[in-house]
Amino acid sequence: MPQIVFDGVRKSFGPTEVLPPLDLTLEDGEFTVLVGPSGCGKSTTLRLLAGLETLSGGEIRFDDRRIDTLEPKERDIAMVFQDYALYPHMSVAKNMSFALRLARENKAEIERRVHAAATTLGIDHLLDRKPAALSGGQRQRVAMGRALVRDASVFLFDEPLSNLDAKLRARMRVELGEMRTRIDKNMVYVTHDQVEAMTLGDRIVVLKDGAIQQQGSAEELFENPVNRFVAGFIGSPTMNFLPATIQERDGALVAEGEGFALPLAGPRQAIESGAREVEIGIRPSSFTTDMGAGAPVELRVSVAEYLGAQSVLVTRCGPHEVLAEVASTRRFKPGETATFAVPPDAILLFDRETGRRLAVPQHPTGG
Amino acid sequence: MLANASRLTPYLFLAPAVAVMVVALLYPLGYAIYASFLDWNPSQRIGEAEWVGLRNYAYLLGDAAFRESFWVTIRFAAIVVTIEMVLGVGLALLLDRKLRGMTVLRTVFILPMMIAPIVVGLMWRYMYHPTVGTLNRTLTDLGLPPAPWLSDGDWAFASIIIADVWQWTPFIFILALAALQSLPRSAMEAARIDGANGWQLIWHVKIPLMMPVLIVTALLRLIDAFKVLEVILVLTNGGPGLSTEIVALRIARTAQEFRDLGVASAMSNLLLLLLLALTIAMFGYTRWADARAARLAAAKEAEVG
Repeated sequence: MPQIVFDGVRKSFGPTEVLPPLDLTLEDGEFTVLVGPSGCGKSTTLRLLAGLETLSGGEIRFDDRRIDTLEPKERDIAMVFQDYALYPHMSVAKNMSFALRLARENKAEIERRVHAAATTLGIDHLLDRKPAALSGGQRQRVAMGRALVRDASVFLFDEPLSNLDAKLRARMRVELGEMRTRIDKNMVYVTHDQVEAMTLGDRIVVLKDGAIQQQGSAEELFENPVNRFVAGFIGSPTMNFLPATIQERDGALVAEGEGFALPLAGPRQAIESGAREVEIGIRPSSFTTDMGAGAPVELRVSVAEYLGAQSVLVTRCGPHEVLAEVASTRRFKPGETATFAVPPDAILLFDRETGRRLAVPQHPTGG
Repeated sequence: MLANASRLTPYLFLAPAVAVMVVALLYPLGYAIYASFLDWNPSQRIGEAEWVGLRNYAYLLGDAAFRESFWVTIRFAAIVVTIEMVLGVGLALLLDRKLRGMTVLRTVFILPMMIAPIVVGLMWRYMYHPTVGTLNRTLTDLGLPPAPWLSDGDWAFASIIIADVWQWTPFIFILALAALQSLPRSAMEAARIDGANGWQLIWHVKIPLMMPVLIVTALLRLIDAFKVLEVILVLTNGGPGLSTEIVALRIARTAQEFRDLGVASAMSNLLLLLLLALTIAMFGYTRWADARAARLAAAKEAEVG
């Protein structure tokens, strides 16, 4: 279970640069999730680690051992593919034991490990089936099983749940979470789904255009995003962004824009750095009907999406579309204008040009 | 009345095609079957020929020359198809990669297939020529004794095999290459991660996955190899002795040289029966594979439902 170090790793396909120099350290025994929109280089990073692509520059080390020049089989890794990549002509048992048979492991040991993994995954009754006779979820489990029997030191997952339907995906996500606590290995997981990232990852690495935007725990990314991209990518429904100007009123700072004027919780750095034109970020869940919690904002409801305990309101605040997530105890009608409160400390400030987070409050998280 | 008419309409439209098929396909076939029961000389009209029942077939089964011919054909077909499969699949495995100039190379590889068989026969006959042929001149230049390419029975048999392999390996090659390129990429990558080296990847993953295509390809080639005529006609005309006289050639000679149309027809029919058996085997295999896929799908359905 090595520490995995990406040291200035670059990758280009012809003239197209996919990964600018990437520096990243994945600690021993950690479950790391690489997340980002499609084309952000997350899959390429994983494939470089697996040895399915060759580096254009830099190096990858397991502890102090350089591995990017090794063949995939010499790296002691197991991988689960997005399309499962099962061998269609082999039974489930043969699929799972393929690596062990190639390694000339003895028969009894192979059988023992295949059965152990199959029992863990609940596919022991399917061992004689061919992949064509399995459902999507079962194939998924076989693909996991094939990785599990390997007993490799690093497990790689390339969007393993994205071909499943929503219900099954949620179920497999839970099982993966359970499995992770039992298996003390380095796991690297690639996904474009921020929910998977937040629920599974010890450490989440947000990538965009091949560059790391921020890394940290789910809480750190959610509460203290370092820029507008991370703030918008993590969390659902998406954070609202509104252009605003910082004003000083009676010694307090106020963010003013079309349709709102919201007092801020004291981060004077915003003014000191000269950024008067900003974008403010408010999570939909920060709007509350408890008027004592903060300054009032008037929102005109255009659509109310009832989701059970919560409702998502699509509203207008001046010319801007604003999402608000509120308890369904009170029902809102389209066309209705309602007043909500926004707590001052729930408002994040971003540089309008660079998207950089301004005035990071109490708990700075490097990154 | 109207319903009746509309039910008959499809047959009305099919009728011309059926008529053409009856005239162009079934009539000659029936003619050949009928002729095989006659003692028929080309100078006679068919009505004048004497009905001899199964005598032609009985004669053929007892005829050592025909049996030899049949045996030569089977040996020839089995050997060429085996060699062509090994070479064709091997080449496909070698050339299934992205390299500069590969497209040109692939095109060059399939050229022999596009040349008319008669031309291939002539080309090889000049190359096999005992004194001025390229092959013997090269051997002589290297200080080696010239080879009796077409004048010795065993050499001649080998020579026609070489010519056929040269012409038809590309057929296997392009089909095998197409099969290879349609294999799932990620399964190959999974195998690499599972620790398979190049040979193991070919042996445990690529070949088994290509198998359905390879079986059909081999059967197609086999059927073709049984009917080969022109190249051998031009190269050896069946000689020396009967060493390269395949059935197709013997049929042509029986009709033209021995002037025995009845026996020639009987021979054609026997060859047809053999090819029919092969074709049925091919369809049988496809049906079996389909049925198996359907069974698997049904099992999956039961599992999900």
